[in-house]
Amino acid sequence: MTMAKPILEVRNLNIRFNTPTGVNHVVRDVSFTLGREKLAIVGESGSGKSQTARAILGLTPGTVNAEKLEFDGQNLLGLSNAQWRQIRGRRITMVMQDPKYSLNPVIRIGDQLMEAAARTSPRGQLKARAIKMLEAVKIRDPERVFRAWPHELSGGMGQRAMIAMMLVTEPELLIADEPTSALDVTVRLQVLAILDDLVKTRDMGLIFISHDLKLVSTFCDRVLVMYAGQILEELDAKHLHDAKHPYTRGLLACTPNLETPADVLPTLQRDPSWMAPVRR
Amino acid sequence: MSNAVTRGWVIALTPPHWRRWLLTDTPQSRRQARLGRAYLGWAAFARNPLAMLGLIIVLALIGMAIFAPLVTRYSPVVSGDTIADRFLPPGGDHWLGTDGHSWDIWSRIVYGSRTSLLIIFMVSITAAPVGIIIGTTAGYLGGWIDTALMRLTDAFLALPKLVLALAFAAALGAGMENLILAIAITSWPPYARIARAETLTVRNTDYIAAAQMSGASSFRILIGHIMPMCLPSLIVRVTLDMAGVILTAAGLGFLGLGVPLPQPEWGSMVADGRSDILNQWWVCTYPGIAIFVVSLGFNLVGDGLRDVLDPREQ
Amino acid sequence: MVEVKDLDVTFDTGKHRVRALAGVSFSIAAGESFGLVGESGSGKTTVLRVLAGLVREWNGAITVAGKPLRSDRDKDAKRAIQMVFQDPYGSLHPKHTVDRILAEPLQIHGIGDIENRVKETLEQVQLGPTFRFRYPHQLSGGQRQRVAIARALILRPKLLLLDEPTSALDVSIQAEVLNLLAKLRRDLDLTYILVSHDLAVVAQLCHRLAIMRTGDIVETADAQKLAKGELTHPYSRQLLTASKGFDRAAIAAFADL
Repeated sequence: MTMAKPILEVRNLNIRFNTPTGVNHVVRDVSFTLGREKLAIVGESGSGKSQTARAILGLTPGTVNAEKLEFDGQNLLGLSNAQWRQIRGRRITMVMQDPKYSLNPVIRIGDQLMEAAARTSPRGQLKARAIKMLEAVKIRDPERVFRAWPHELSGGMGQRAMIAMMLVTEPELLIADEPTSALDVTVRLQVLAILDDLVKTRDMGLIFISHDLKLVSTFCDRVLVMYAGQILEELDAKHLHDAKHPYTRGLLACTPNLETPADVLPTLQRDPSWMAPVRR
Repeated sequence: MSNAVTRGWVIALTPPHWRRWLLTDTPQSRRQARLGRAYLGWAAFARNPLAMLGLIIVLALIGMAIFAPLVTRYSPVVSGDTIADRFLPPGGDHWLGTDGHSWDIWSRIVYGSRTSLLIIFMVSITAAPVGIIIGTTAGYLGGWIDTALMRLTDAFLALPKLVLALAFAAALGAGMENLILAIAITSWPPYARIARAETLTVRNTDYIAAAQMSGASSFRILIGHIMPMCLPSLIVRVTLDMAGVILTAAGLGFLGLGVPLPQPEWGSMVADGRSDILNQWWVCTYPGIAIFVVSLGFNLVGDGLRDVLDPREQ
Repeated sequence: MVEVKDLDVTFDTGKHRVRALAGVSFSIAAGESFGLVGESGSGKTTVLRVLAGLVREWNGAITVAGKPLRSDRDKDAKRAIQMVFQDPYGSLHPKHTVDRILAEPLQIHGIGDIENRVKETLEQVQLGPTFRFRYPHQLSGGQRQRVAIARALILRPKLLLLDEPTSALDVSIQAEVLNLLAKLRRDLDLTYILVSHDLAVVAQLCHRLAIMRTGDIVETADAQKLAKGELTHPYSRQLLTASKGFDRAAIAAFADL
């Protein structure tokens, strides 16, 4: 694989929240680069994975400090609202967990798609682009879905419509925050297949945030394991079973395994040393 | 343990021993858990300067009512020299002046606070429980009970306060009891609606299902599970309405339907001074200011309570 | 222990008629842990809610512990069957302490010795006495779910219904809760019906399972068959393949069964 210029470079990203009980350091010195690949950020709740993703879009309410946060060579720190509008929803987009909550329930799907497309396409082409996008996410009757209301779609269809909306502007980076956690198991994989195709054909970068280690190890190229705001381990998805860090190994061990059910599942023994600053 | 300074002055001023006891993560008894929760609520309320201002106003009102004889010099209903003391301007012996009946205005304002408080208290005590019981019952039991109760609520909602008070006054005579009755009868429907709306949200939750599966009766679920969830929005609404009640009572008093003279009531005082407003402005103005300040006070307290009690904050 | 014959449930909301269950039958032995697996719309949760008494309109015949189950039950009948709900954040009353949540079922049934029973049940779910007077917002997801389990156990039921009890929990917490559930079943001689979409969880906790789709049971099997992958119905095989993770070739073969 040739070393192309990375789409995203993050170095020592820190996010802090001011709460009545003091400062909460939710993301601590997180560093990684993203090329045109599928990168997974995996962690349990409170690990800071969602906040990291939101910081890339400038959407975190916390205070962001980083040595470097660059998207395609452009510094993302301290951008004005106008500058963010050029990036958000156009060059970096985000798909969230539940289309029930991320699709506007009082606007038809087609109108929402066209609104998204309007950011980068001229007025005359909006409907055509929207329909083309719905076809790209393998929706069989795009005209019907174009006219439909969000509540008329099933979970899988809604999420595909959401993906269509987020890819209609041809972004370079897509962030997916637990995009399939609310879906049934078979639908989940079908949606991921669609995502896989689109990411490949458009040569995009994908950040996939999940709590499901097994799923990301089969879907993504690389995996970052986060715990208490830090990246504890970074590895190739294929080599997940060779993970070195005890937290990763512990997580893998305590996941129920269909083929080898244990009498008693191993549980994770949290070592306080995992919270200590990771030395790079 | 926690960064006390950023949690407000209440927590900062609490002796450390008590603070630990109240804020502990592991309460040892029901009382400790309840007191801890109340303490945090109070601390949150006290962090809001406007809410505290409102509270001070309300407490001043209550203090005024209780200690009326101590803060006034003259009687509100007995005048001194009916001729010489008429329409005295503010200043001197009569701090806020006297009115056309030679009564001391400051005195009448202070004693009038008792009237206002009594009206507010009686209206809240009658309207709120009626509203919450009807609303939660309708929302939880559904079906024809819901329909019947809600149509009843609609019927009462259609009654205009002023017209009803007029009707009562015409039929039963003017007076405080009828005033309270008229206001209470028209106040409970909005509470019923709020309670019903909250109940509909809560009714389908898993914790209600769990209570049903434990064998809890509808009565127990309504009182122990559903009403506590309705209370926050209702408390806020009732507090905000208290300002409205004062204004309504004042309005009715202005129309002559409130408490009859010589009993002091702010609305009637304003009405009384209506014709003399240009030359003897103090007769209307001071009671008007009192009405304004107290309404504002209740509004601020209500807003402050909303910030504290809003369940979404958690 | 549990016999369900031809259970039929139709939800009629005026605008739509949905046949959630189309004549479902199965039986469960005492002390057994039975899994109901399916995707959304399969009817698995409806089966649970019928047994729980939360769905009152159904046709068919159900017996629990030899006694026929009816739509309306009295207080005593409710003691034998209890449920643990899916969402730990929604199944505990936000304004009740743990103590009150656990004591209330005892008070309703006039069971004395509340103090000891509450303490004993908290110990059974491995929560110490320090948790007794906390409010739900002072508990983590795993702790809330333990309290929910304690509440279900405090009336000493015979049948415990589990509606995706760990799907909202982190993987490490899920392992602890699954171990706890397995232990409780053995120690207290309970019968479980576990609803899940996760085949691995069912393999872990259940002896037998039924796979459901659009209101029907398509296949029943025991856990060993599941572990060996020996399922016969095409839909079951599809679910099995899907549980293995992302595999392009396999997904291409998915049919809208």
